[in-house]
Amino acid sequence: MATVTLNDVRKRFGTTQVIHGVDIDIAEGEFIVIVGPSGCGKSTLLRMVAGLETVTEGEVRINGERVNDKEPMDRDIAMVFQNYALYPHMSVFDNMAYGLKIAKTPRTEIAERVQVAAKLLQLEPYLQRKPRELSGGQRQRVAMGRAIVRKPAVFLFDEPLSNLDAKLRVQMRLEIKQLQRELGVTALYVTHDQVEAMTLADRMVVMNAGRADQIGAPLDVYAHPQTEFVAGFIGSPPTNFLDAAVLGGQGARLGIRPEHVHPGPAGSGRITARVLDAEALGAETLIHTRLPSGELLTVRQNGTTGCPGEGEEIGLDWADADEMRFGPDGRRI
Amino acid sequence: MSRSPRSGMVENRGLGLWLTHAGLILGVAFIFFPIWLAFVASTVSQPEIVHPPMPLVPGDQFFENYRKALVAGVNAPVALMLLNSGVMAIGIAVGKIIISLLSAFAIVYFRFPFRRVFFWLIFLTLMLPVEVRIVPTYEVVAGFGMLNSYSGLILPLIASATATFLFRQFFMTVPDELAEAARVDGARPMQFFWDILLPMSRTNIAALFVILFIYGWNQYLWPLLITTDPSMNTIVMGIKQMFPSGDDIADWPVIMATSILAMLPPVVVVIGMQRLFIRGLVESEK
Repeated sequence: MATVTLNDVRKRFGTTQVIHGVDIDIAEGEFIVIVGPSGCGKSTLLRMVAGLETVTEGEVRINGERVNDKEPMDRDIAMVFQNYALYPHMSVFDNMAYGLKIAKTPRTEIAERVQVAAKLLQLEPYLQRKPRELSGGQRQRVAMGRAIVRKPAVFLFDEPLSNLDAKLRVQMRLEIKQLQRELGVTALYVTHDQVEAMTLADRMVVMNAGRADQIGAPLDVYAHPQTEFVAGFIGSPPTNFLDAAVLGGQGARLGIRPEHVHPGPAGSGRITARVLDAEALGAETLIHTRLPSGELLTVRQNGTTGCPGEGEEIGLDWADADEMRFGPDGRRI
Repeated sequence: MSRSPRSGMVENRGLGLWLTHAGLILGVAFIFFPIWLAFVASTVSQPEIVHPPMPLVPGDQFFENYRKALVAGVNAPVALMLLNSGVMAIGIAVGKIIISLLSAFAIVYFRFPFRRVFFWLIFLTLMLPVEVRIVPTYEVVAGFGMLNSYSGLILPLIASATATFLFRQFFMTVPDELAEAARVDGARPMQFFWDILLPMSRTNIAALFVILFIYGWNQYLWPLLITTDPSMNTIVMGIKQMFPSGDDIADWPVIMATSILAMLPPVVVVIGMQRLFIRGLVESEK
């Protein structure tokens, strides 16, 4: 268990700056998810905490201690990689025990710690197998086991679930969360999947082009996005953005989430739109419309509510409180 | 409808199969016939060979000829020459593998100044086989006083650009995450090399060992140049030296027995290593 502090961390590859100064304070036992589109620098940030990338500027502290110049093994961290990075020629047992063997842990203690981890992860029947004889989910568990046996202060996850199929992903997501709670270890988790971020995080960090746009509890970030990027990235289907000038009021752009828009008869509400298409998904229906200004707007409504046909005109309304207005720089007003 | 083309295909394949087999058998017979002749010649007596027609079935001198070859030979006992060849071939193969593994490891996993320059320098040596640099190499080896020694036989042939290149290509296919995972696990570079990279390369090593062993075994020009003492002769050059000069009478049965003996170790290595190497391939495919 440990705290992790990033202090104005920057990273340059040659002349290209990829991380433009990130500050994060992670409390003991906290589960932090770093989420963002590909290329936003989230993996680089994690690898700097792991010690696999050098820190160009700024400071990384684990438990208050500056670790910028320490080797990964001396940082008291464990990492789970996207492709699991299991040693292909070693059995599951040896894969989990390798780090302990290098640390010259007594043989009996290694066996004991691997057994405990294997039991926790339901890997006991597979200890003598090679990684290639395991399914994707089992390999994922071995990678986690390798991290657990070292009893690290911090867990680092680099998109650990993206190689699994959808069903397994949901199951492993729950297991990771439970495991982290059980062990009480501070965790830093990188993903591009906003559902993973929403469900796993105590707090999430939304990264955009090398900057942390917003740090906060998932629901808080969802309800009160600080920038236009965050509003657009978190939430599915994404937030609708309209030119604020059309409807009046301040700001350059107006964001409104699909579930906050209520359709009504033509002429009613704030604006009239033409229905392009309606996707009935069962529990909910997504109505795609085009505004007179040419902008597209998606409405999300309950699946049981009757839905307008293609080409029909409908009126759209929403509450003032649900409006999100952004300035020309993309910041929330 | 769907039946006739299929049965037609089977028929064609049946005929093709026979033709292929006939071709292959003919090819094997073609290649194998001289070896058979050599074997027959090694089991008969000297007068029988020189008296035409040449015999085509083995005679009764097998043990006599082979014993004579192994123990006495013509210039040096064949047993000793086999040992010399064995030491040289294994020395070259093992040495080449160790050196190229280490240099490929350095080139792929470490960032050091002039890394690319070194790689291309190694690559450049591909253009300089022993035959091209044989005079200066001889000069150097003679200067070190390594004529008529195992080190003189082995060391000049031990650097291998081909093997370095092969291992480099293989190491580049190993995911970076593996090295990173080992780093997080606390492995030092040489521990990573020893515990992870080396076991992963074992099928490549087995394949290379076969190729390099045969390369070393078949060296002719270099041993011929630097071994003047018959007790340091290798078998491949030894056979040539058994040939008579001038009016001497060639002891053909013993020469042929030597040839057959010279063929055996590479065959054993190929068959023995092939098992290991195919098993490795099958395992990694699972």
